[in-house]
Amino acid sequence: MQVDFQHHITAHCENGVASNLLKNKGLDISEPMVFGIGAGLFYVYLPFIKVNHAPGISYRPMPGWIFNGLAKRLGIKIKRQKFSTPEKAQAVLDDNLKNNIPSGLQVGVYHLPYFPEDYRFHFNAHNLVVYGKENNHYLISDPTMETIHKMTEAELEKVRFAKGFLAPKGHIYYPIHIPEKIDWEGAIRKGIQKTCSNMLAPVPIIGVRGIRMVARAIAKWPIKYGVKKANYYLAQMVRMQEEIGTGGGGFRYIYSAFLQEAGKKINNPTLLTLSAEMTAIGDLWRDFAVKASRVYKQRSNEEDVYNSLSADLLHLADLEEEFFKKLKKAI
Amino acid sequence: MKKSEVPQDKGSVSEKGSRELYYALDENGEYTTALSTGWEPKQIVQDHTLNELQERIDQAKSDVKNNLVSPIVYFMELKRMDWQIVADYTGIWKWRVKRHAKPAVFQKLSDKNLNKYAEAFEISVEELKNYKGD
Repeated sequence: MQVDFQHHITAHCENGVASNLLKNKGLDISEPMVFGIGAGLFYVYLPFIKVNHAPGISYRPMPGWIFNGLAKRLGIKIKRQKFSTPEKAQAVLDDNLKNNIPSGLQVGVYHLPYFPEDYRFHFNAHNLVVYGKENNHYLISDPTMETIHKMTEAELEKVRFAKGFLAPKGHIYYPIHIPEKIDWEGAIRKGIQKTCSNMLAPVPIIGVRGIRMVARAIAKWPIKYGVKKANYYLAQMVRMQEEIGTGGGGFRYIYSAFLQEAGKKINNPTLLTLSAEMTAIGDLWRDFAVKASRVYKQRSNEEDVYNSLSADLLHLADLEEEFFKKLKKAI
Repeated sequence: MKKSEVPQDKGSVSEKGSRELYYALDENGEYTTALSTGWEPKQIVQDHTLNELQERIDQAKSDVKNNLVSPIVYFMELKRMDWQIVADYTGIWKWRVKRHAKPAVFQKLSDKNLNKYAEAFEISVEELKNYKGD
Protein backbone atom coordinates (compact mmCIF):
# COMPACT_ATOMS: atom_id res chain seq x y z
CA MET A 1 0.00 0.00 0.00
CA GLN A 2 1.18 3.47 -0.75
CA VAL A 3 -0.25 6.78 0.25
CA ASP A 4 -0.27 9.57 -2.29
CA PHE A 5 2.67 11.64 -1.09
CA GLN A 6 5.14 14.01 -2.68
CA HIS A 7 8.72 13.98 -1.38
CA HIS A 8 10.58 17.30 -1.35
CA ILE A 9 14.14 17.70 -0.14
CA THR A 10 14.62 20.44 2.46
CA ALA A 11 17.57 21.83 4.38
CA HIS A 12 16.37 20.80 7.85
CA CYS A 13 14.53 17.63 8.87
CA GLU A 14 11.81 18.97 11.14
CA ASN A 15 10.93 21.85 8.81
CA GLY A 16 10.87 19.39 5.97
CA VAL A 17 8.57 16.89 7.62
CA ALA A 18 6.18 19.67 8.67
CA SER A 19 6.19 21.27 5.24
CA ASN A 20 5.83 17.98 3.36
CA LEU A 21 3.02 16.71 5.61
CA LEU A 22 1.10 19.98 5.35
CA LYS A 23 1.55 20.16 1.57
CA ASN A 24 0.15 16.64 1.45
CA LYS A 25 -2.92 17.89 3.33
CA GLY A 26 -3.37 20.69 0.82
CA LEU A 27 -1.68 23.55 2.69
CA ASP A 28 1.09 24.89 0.48
CA ILE A 29 3.73 26.08 2.93
CA SER A 30 7.43 26.46 2.19
CA GLU A 31 10.26 25.31 4.44
CA PRO A 32 11.29 28.89 5.33
CA MET A 33 7.68 29.69 6.36
CA VAL A 34 7.60 26.63 8.62
CA PHE A 35 10.94 27.63 10.11
CA GLY A 36 10.01 31.28 10.63
CA ILE A 37 6.51 30.84 11.99
CA GLY A 38 7.61 27.83 14.02
CA ALA A 39 10.44 29.98 15.50
CA GLY A 40 13.13 27.47 14.59
CA LEU A 41 16.08 29.83 14.96
CA PHE A 42 17.52 29.24 18.40
CA TYR A 43 20.72 28.95 20.37
CA VAL A 44 21.43 27.15 23.59
CA TYR A 45 24.71 26.28 25.28
CA LEU A 46 24.61 23.25 27.59
CA PRO A 47 28.13 22.94 29.05
CA PHE A 48 26.89 20.41 31.61
CA ILE A 49 25.63 17.99 28.93
CA LYS A 50 28.29 16.16 26.98
CA VAL A 51 27.39 15.26 23.41
CA ASN A 52 29.97 13.03 21.71
CA HIS A 53 32.35 13.82 24.58
CA ALA A 54 32.10 17.60 24.02
CA PRO A 55 29.95 20.36 25.60
CA GLY A 56 26.48 20.54 24.07
CA ILE A 57 25.56 23.43 21.82
CA SER A 58 22.25 23.44 20.03
CA TYR A 59 21.19 25.79 17.26
CA ARG A 60 17.61 24.56 17.29
CA PRO A 61 14.90 24.15 19.91
CA MET A 62 13.81 20.78 21.32
CA PRO A 63 12.48 18.27 18.76
CA GLY A 64 8.83 18.95 18.01
CA TRP A 65 8.89 22.61 19.03
CA ILE A 66 9.06 23.98 15.49
CA PHE A 67 6.07 21.99 14.28
CA ASN A 68 4.15 22.59 17.53
CA GLY A 69 4.83 26.33 17.44
CA LEU A 70 3.81 26.46 13.80
CA ALA A 71 0.62 24.49 14.48
CA LYS A 72 -0.32 26.73 17.39
CA ARG A 73 0.14 29.90 15.34
CA LEU A 74 -1.71 28.60 12.27
CA GLY A 75 -4.51 26.86 14.18
CA ILE A 76 -3.46 23.40 12.98
CA LYS A 77 -3.99 20.38 15.21
CA ILE A 78 -1.33 17.68 15.38
CA LYS A 79 -1.76 14.24 16.87
CA ARG A 80 1.31 12.94 18.68
CA GLN A 81 1.89 9.58 20.33
CA LYS A 82 4.74 7.81 22.08
CA PHE A 83 4.76 4.13 22.92
CA SER A 84 5.89 1.74 25.59
CA THR A 85 6.38 -1.16 23.16
CA PRO A 86 7.55 -1.42 19.53
CA GLU A 87 4.56 -3.64 18.67
CA LYS A 88 2.05 -0.93 19.56
CA ALA A 89 4.16 1.65 17.72
CA GLN A 90 4.18 -0.43 14.56
CA ALA A 91 0.45 -1.21 14.78
CA VAL A 92 -0.42 2.48 14.92
CA LEU A 93 1.87 3.28 11.99
CA ASP A 94 0.44 0.44 9.89
CA ASP A 95 -3.10 1.57 10.70
CA ASN A 96 -2.24 5.09 9.59
CA LEU A 97 -0.87 3.84 6.29
CA LYS A 98 -4.04 1.79 5.77
CA ASN A 99 -6.06 4.95 6.38
CA ASN A 100 -3.99 7.00 3.93
CA ILE A 101 -2.20 9.04 6.58
CA PRO A 102 1.48 9.73 5.89
CA SER A 103 3.08 9.96 9.31
CA GLY A 104 5.99 11.89 10.75
CA LEU A 105 8.40 9.98 12.97
CA GLN A 106 11.13 11.09 15.34
CA VAL A 107 14.10 8.73 14.97
CA GLY A 108 17.70 8.19 16.01
CA VAL A 109 20.23 8.45 13.18
CA TYR A 110 22.77 5.88 14.39
CA HIS A 111 20.97 2.96 12.77
CA LEU A 112 19.65 4.73 9.66
CA PRO A 113 20.87 2.46 6.85
CA TYR A 114 20.94 5.11 4.13
CA PHE A 115 22.98 7.61 6.17
CA PRO A 116 26.69 7.86 5.42
CA GLU A 117 28.84 6.16 8.05
CA ASP A 118 30.33 9.42 9.32
CA TYR A 119 26.90 10.94 10.02
CA ARG A 120 25.81 8.05 12.17
CA PHE A 121 25.98 9.24 15.75
CA HIS A 122 23.63 8.61 18.66
CA PHE A 123 21.57 11.65 17.79
CA ASN A 124 17.87 11.11 18.40
CA ALA A 125 16.18 14.23 17.10
CA HIS A 126 15.96 13.38 13.42
CA ASN A 127 12.63 13.40 11.60
CA LEU A 128 11.24 11.60 8.58
CA VAL A 129 7.92 10.62 6.99
CA VAL A 130 6.67 7.10 6.35
CA TYR A 131 4.17 7.11 3.50
CA GLY A 132 3.79 3.51 2.47
CA LYS A 133 4.61 -0.15 2.94
CA GLU A 134 5.50 -2.61 0.19
CA ASN A 135 6.54 -6.24 0.77
CA ASN A 136 7.28 -5.52 4.43
CA HIS A 137 9.43 -2.53 3.52
CA TYR A 138 8.44 0.94 4.65
CA LEU A 139 8.70 3.78 2.15
CA ILE A 140 10.65 6.59 3.76
CA SER A 141 10.66 10.24 2.80
CA ASP A 142 13.62 11.68 4.68
CA PRO A 143 13.51 15.42 3.93
CA THR A 144 17.30 15.78 4.10
CA MET A 145 17.71 13.25 1.28
CA GLU A 146 17.24 13.82 -2.43
CA THR A 147 15.33 10.61 -3.03
CA ILE A 148 13.08 8.25 -1.10
CA HIS A 149 14.41 5.21 0.75
CA LYS A 150 13.13 1.87 1.99
CA MET A 151 13.51 0.28 5.40
CA THR A 152 12.53 -3.10 6.80
CA GLU A 153 10.25 -3.42 9.82
CA ALA A 154 13.23 -4.35 12.00
CA GLU A 155 15.30 -1.41 10.74
CA LEU A 156 12.51 1.05 11.37
CA GLU A 157 11.86 -0.36 14.83
CA LYS A 158 15.51 0.13 15.68
CA VAL A 159 15.57 3.84 14.79
CA ARG A 160 12.17 4.50 16.38
CA PHE A 161 13.35 2.95 19.62
CA ALA A 162 16.86 4.33 19.68
CA LYS A 163 18.07 4.96 23.23
CA GLY A 164 19.93 7.80 24.90
CA PHE A 165 19.36 11.56 25.14
CA LEU A 166 15.96 12.54 23.65
CA ALA A 167 15.01 8.89 22.99
CA PRO A 168 12.12 9.00 20.52
CA LYS A 169 10.08 6.15 22.11
CA GLY A 170 8.36 5.48 18.81
CA HIS A 171 7.15 9.10 18.59
CA ILE A 172 4.67 9.44 15.68
CA TYR A 173 2.88 12.62 14.64
CA TYR A 174 0.64 13.90 11.88
CA PRO A 175 -1.70 16.84 11.29
CA ILE A 176 -5.37 16.02 11.88
CA HIS A 177 -6.97 19.40 11.34
CA ILE A 178 -6.13 22.37 9.15
CA PRO A 179 -8.38 25.43 9.46
CA GLU A 180 -10.14 26.73 6.35
CA LYS A 181 -8.94 30.26 6.86
CA ILE A 182 -5.49 31.07 8.13
CA ASP A 183 -4.40 34.38 9.62
CA TRP A 184 -0.93 34.52 8.05
CA GLU A 185 -0.16 38.02 9.23
CA GLY A 186 -0.86 37.19 12.87
CA ALA A 187 1.06 33.94 12.61
CA ILE A 188 4.10 35.59 11.04
CA ARG A 189 4.06 38.32 13.67
CA LYS A 190 3.85 35.84 16.54
CA GLY A 191 6.53 33.61 15.06
CA ILE A 192 8.90 36.55 14.72
CA GLN A 193 8.11 37.74 18.25
CA LYS A 194 8.89 34.29 19.60
CA THR A 195 12.23 34.11 17.78
CA CYS A 196 13.17 37.59 19.02
CA SER A 197 12.30 36.76 22.60
CA ASN A 198 14.27 33.49 22.38
CA MET A 199 17.36 35.10 20.89
CA LEU A 200 17.20 38.06 23.30
CA ALA A 201 16.23 35.93 26.31
CA PRO A 202 17.59 37.19 29.64
CA VAL A 203 19.11 33.76 30.31
CA PRO A 204 22.90 33.36 30.17
CA ILE A 205 22.89 30.12 28.15
CA ILE A 206 20.21 31.03 25.57
CA GLY A 207 20.22 33.22 22.44
CA VAL A 208 22.83 35.96 21.99
CA ARG A 209 23.83 35.64 25.64
CA GLY A 210 24.50 31.96 25.05
CA ILE A 211 26.64 32.81 22.00
CA ARG A 212 28.64 35.23 24.18
CA MET A 213 29.11 32.61 26.86
CA VAL A 214 30.47 30.16 24.28
CA ALA A 215 32.71 32.90 22.85
CA ARG A 216 34.24 33.51 26.28
CA ALA A 217 34.58 29.78 26.91
CA ILE A 218 36.41 28.92 23.68
CA ALA A 219 39.10 31.52 24.35
CA LYS A 220 39.96 29.49 27.47
CA TRP A 221 39.72 26.03 25.91
CA PRO A 222 43.39 25.60 24.83
CA ILE A 223 44.71 26.59 28.28
CA LYS A 224 42.04 24.81 30.28
CA TYR A 225 41.90 21.54 28.34
CA GLY A 226 45.06 21.52 26.22
CA VAL A 227 45.21 21.98 22.47
CA LYS A 228 44.13 18.46 21.55
CA LYS A 229 40.90 18.55 23.51
CA ALA A 230 40.21 22.15 22.53
CA ASN A 231 40.52 21.21 18.87
CA TYR A 232 38.13 18.33 19.38
CA TYR A 233 35.58 20.57 21.14
CA LEU A 234 35.87 23.13 18.36
CA ALA A 235 35.34 20.44 15.72
CA GLN A 236 32.14 19.36 17.51
CA MET A 237 30.96 22.94 17.72
CA VAL A 238 31.45 23.52 13.99
CA ARG A 239 29.91 20.15 13.18
CA MET A 240 26.75 21.06 15.12
CA GLN A 241 26.81 24.46 13.49
CA GLU A 242 27.19 23.56 9.84
CA GLU A 243 26.15 19.99 9.57
CA ILE A 244 23.86 18.14 11.90
CA GLY A 245 21.07 20.68 12.08
CA THR A 246 22.60 23.15 9.60
CA GLY A 247 22.43 25.52 12.54
CA GLY A 248 24.84 28.38 11.87
CA GLY A 249 24.99 29.94 8.42
CA GLY A 250 22.43 27.50 7.01
CA PHE A 251 19.74 28.50 9.51
CA ARG A 252 20.42 32.20 8.95
CA TYR A 253 19.84 31.75 5.22
CA ILE A 254 16.57 29.88 5.81
CA TYR A 255 15.53 32.67 8.16
CA SER A 256 16.46 35.30 5.57
CA ALA A 257 14.37 33.44 3.01
CA PHE A 258 11.51 33.46 5.51
CA LEU A 259 11.81 37.21 6.11
CA GLN A 260 11.78 37.82 2.37
CA GLU A 261 8.71 35.63 1.80
CA ALA A 262 6.94 37.01 4.87
CA GLY A 263 7.77 40.63 3.99
CA LYS A 264 6.08 40.19 0.63
CA LYS A 265 3.17 38.25 2.01
CA ILE A 266 2.22 40.82 4.63
CA ASN A 267 3.58 43.78 2.68
CA ASN A 268 6.23 44.88 5.17
CA PRO A 269 9.28 46.28 3.34
CA THR A 270 11.33 46.48 6.56
CA LEU A 271 11.39 42.68 6.65
CA LEU A 272 12.99 42.67 3.18
CA THR A 273 15.79 44.96 4.38
CA LEU A 274 16.27 42.80 7.45
CA SER A 275 16.34 39.70 5.27
CA ALA A 276 19.38 41.10 3.46
CA GLU A 277 20.97 41.91 6.80
CA MET A 278 20.45 38.39 8.11
CA THR A 279 21.99 36.97 4.92
CA ALA A 280 25.13 38.99 5.67
CA ILE A 281 25.18 37.62 9.23
CA GLY A 282 24.82 34.09 7.79
CA ASP A 283 27.87 34.73 5.59
CA LEU A 284 29.83 35.68 8.73
CA TRP A 285 28.81 32.44 10.46
CA ARG A 286 30.20 30.56 7.50
CA ASP A 287 33.40 32.62 7.61
CA PHE A 288 33.68 31.55 11.24
CA ALA A 289 33.44 27.89 10.21
CA VAL A 290 36.09 28.38 7.52
CA LYS A 291 38.44 30.02 10.01
CA ALA A 292 37.81 27.30 12.60
CA SER A 293 38.53 24.57 10.04
CA ARG A 294 41.97 26.12 9.41
CA VAL A 295 42.96 25.12 12.95
CA TYR A 296 43.27 21.55 11.63
CA LYS A 297 45.57 22.50 8.79
CA GLN A 298 48.12 24.79 10.40
CA ARG A 299 49.24 24.11 13.91
CA SER A 300 50.94 27.38 14.81
CA ASN A 301 49.65 30.01 17.23
CA GLU A 302 46.79 27.92 18.59
CA GLU A 303 45.98 30.34 21.37
CA ASP A 304 45.80 33.25 18.95
CA VAL A 305 43.41 31.34 16.75
CA TYR A 306 41.11 30.66 19.69
CA ASN A 307 41.23 34.28 20.80
CA SER A 308 40.45 35.43 17.32
CA LEU A 309 37.57 32.94 16.96
CA SER A 310 36.27 34.12 20.30
CA ALA A 311 36.34 37.73 19.09
CA ASP A 312 34.50 36.75 15.91
CA LEU A 313 31.82 35.01 17.89
CA LEU A 314 31.38 38.00 20.21
CA HIS A 315 31.03 40.17 17.13
CA LEU A 316 28.34 37.81 15.77
CA ALA A 317 26.51 38.02 19.09
CA ASP A 318 26.58 41.83 18.92
CA LEU A 319 25.29 41.84 15.35
CA GLU A 320 22.51 39.42 16.19
CA GLU A 321 21.48 41.32 19.30
CA GLU A 322 21.16 44.48 17.24
CA PHE A 323 19.40 42.58 14.49
CA PHE A 324 16.75 40.99 16.69
CA LYS A 325 16.08 44.28 18.46
CA LYS A 326 15.39 45.86 15.07
CA LEU A 327 13.28 42.89 14.00
CA LYS A 328 11.20 43.16 17.15
CA LYS A 329 10.44 46.79 16.35
CA ALA A 330 9.67 46.02 12.70
CA ILE A 331 6.52 44.04 13.44
CA MET B 1 25.34 33.64 0.01
CA LYS B 2 24.72 33.74 -3.71
CA LYS B 3 23.48 30.72 -5.58
CA SER B 4 26.72 30.63 -7.54
CA GLU B 5 28.65 30.36 -4.26
CA VAL B 6 26.87 27.25 -3.00
CA PRO B 7 29.82 24.92 -2.38
CA GLN B 8 30.34 21.86 -4.55
CA ASP B 9 33.23 20.23 -2.67
CA LYS B 10 33.65 16.57 -1.86
CA GLY B 11 31.38 15.47 0.99
CA SER B 12 30.28 12.25 2.64
CA VAL B 13 26.58 12.68 1.85
CA SER B 14 27.23 12.95 -1.86
CA GLU B 15 29.25 9.75 -1.69
CA LYS B 16 26.04 8.01 -0.65
CA GLY B 17 24.31 9.50 -3.67
CA SER B 18 22.53 12.45 -2.13
CA ARG B 19 23.13 16.17 -1.93
CA GLU B 20 22.19 18.85 0.58
CA LEU B 21 19.79 21.71 0.05
CA TYR B 22 20.89 25.32 0.57
CA TYR B 23 18.95 28.57 0.52
CA ALA B 24 20.81 31.16 -1.53
CA LEU B 25 20.20 34.36 -3.48
CA ASP B 26 19.72 34.46 -7.25
CA GLU B 27 20.95 37.31 -9.51
CA ASN B 28 17.91 39.43 -8.58
CA GLY B 29 18.42 39.10 -4.83
CA GLU B 30 15.51 36.66 -4.51
CA TYR B 31 15.85 33.59 -2.33
CA THR B 32 15.94 30.29 -4.12
CA THR B 33 17.39 26.84 -3.41
CA ALA B 34 20.39 24.94 -4.73
CA LEU B 35 21.91 21.53 -4.09
CA SER B 36 25.42 21.12 -2.72
CA THR B 37 27.67 18.07 -2.90
CA GLY B 38 29.61 19.15 0.19
CA TRP B 39 31.68 21.85 1.79
CA GLU B 40 35.36 21.50 2.60
CA PRO B 41 35.41 23.12 6.11
CA LYS B 42 32.61 20.78 7.14
CA GLN B 43 34.49 17.78 5.83
CA ILE B 44 37.64 18.88 7.69
CA VAL B 45 35.93 19.00 11.09
CA GLN B 46 34.13 15.77 10.26
CA ASP B 47 37.38 14.00 9.42
CA HIS B 48 39.04 15.39 12.52
CA THR B 49 36.18 14.06 14.66
CA LEU B 50 36.36 10.60 13.12
CA ASN B 51 40.14 10.50 13.64
CA GLU B 52 39.71 11.36 17.29
CA LEU B 53 37.05 8.69 17.70
CA GLN B 54 39.36 6.17 16.01
CA GLU B 55 42.04 7.09 18.55
CA ARG B 56 39.60 6.36 21.36
CA ILE B 57 38.81 2.99 19.78
CA ASP B 58 42.51 2.16 19.39
CA GLN B 59 43.17 3.19 22.98
CA ALA B 60 40.35 0.97 24.23
CA LYS B 61 41.68 -1.89 22.13
CA SER B 62 45.13 -1.69 23.69
CA ASP B 63 43.64 -1.25 27.17
CA VAL B 64 41.69 -4.48 26.71
CA LYS B 65 44.83 -6.17 25.52
CA ASN B 66 46.73 -5.00 28.60
CA ASN B 67 43.88 -6.13 30.83
CA LEU B 68 43.15 -2.59 32.04
CA VAL B 69 39.53 -2.55 30.94
CA SER B 70 36.92 -5.11 29.89
CA PRO B 71 35.73 -5.56 26.27
CA ILE B 72 32.66 -3.46 27.15
CA VAL B 73 34.80 -0.34 26.86
CA TYR B 74 36.09 -1.32 23.43
CA PHE B 75 32.64 -2.02 22.00
CA MET B 76 31.24 1.10 23.63
CA GLU B 77 33.83 3.18 21.76
CA LEU B 78 33.41 1.18 18.57
CA LYS B 79 29.67 1.85 18.58
CA ARG B 80 30.25 5.57 19.33
CA MET B 81 28.47 5.24 22.67
CA ASP B 82 29.22 6.66 26.09
CA TRP B 83 28.41 5.26 29.57
CA GLN B 84 24.93 6.70 29.59
CA ILE B 85 24.05 5.38 26.15
CA VAL B 86 25.28 1.89 27.09
CA ALA B 87 23.22 2.13 30.27
CA ASP B 88 20.12 3.15 28.29
CA TYR B 89 20.49 0.37 25.71
CA THR B 90 21.17 -2.37 28.26
CA GLY B 91 18.86 -1.16 31.01
CA ILE B 92 21.75 -1.52 33.46
CA TRP B 93 22.55 1.42 35.74
CA LYS B 94 25.47 3.55 34.66
CA TRP B 95 27.49 2.95 37.84
CA ARG B 96 27.11 -0.81 37.29
CA VAL B 97 28.18 -0.51 33.65
CA LYS B 98 31.28 1.29 34.87
CA ARG B 99 31.95 -1.55 37.32
CA HIS B 100 31.52 -4.10 34.54
CA ALA B 101 34.24 -2.24 32.67
CA LYS B 102 36.75 -3.72 35.13
CA PRO B 103 38.22 -6.95 33.75
CA ALA B 104 37.88 -8.83 37.06
CA VAL B 105 34.20 -7.92 37.43
CA PHE B 106 33.53 -8.63 33.77
CA GLN B 107 34.86 -12.19 34.21
CA LYS B 108 32.12 -12.91 36.73
CA LEU B 109 29.21 -11.45 34.73
CA SER B 110 26.14 -13.65 34.37
CA ASP B 111 25.05 -14.83 30.95
CA LYS B 112 21.95 -12.71 31.33
CA ASN B 113 23.96 -9.54 31.72
CA LEU B 114 26.43 -10.51 29.02
CA ASN B 115 23.50 -11.00 26.72
CA LYS B 116 22.22 -7.50 27.43
CA TYR B 117 25.58 -6.02 26.47
CA ALA B 118 25.89 -8.20 23.38
CA GLU B 119 22.47 -7.07 22.21
CA ALA B 120 23.28 -3.42 22.80
CA PHE B 121 26.50 -3.75 20.79
CA GLU B 122 24.81 -5.93 18.12
CA ILE B 123 27.31 -8.78 18.52
CA SER B 124 27.16 -12.31 19.93
CA VAL B 125 27.95 -13.14 23.56
CA GLU B 126 30.90 -15.19 22.30
CA GLU B 127 32.37 -12.23 20.44
CA LEU B 128 32.00 -10.06 23.52
CA LYS B 129 33.51 -12.60 25.92
CA ASN B 130 36.35 -13.60 23.65
CA TYR B 131 37.49 -10.15 22.59
CA LYS B 132 41.12 -9.86 23.66
CA GLY B 133 42.13 -6.62 21.97
CA ASP B 134 43.94 -8.33 19.10
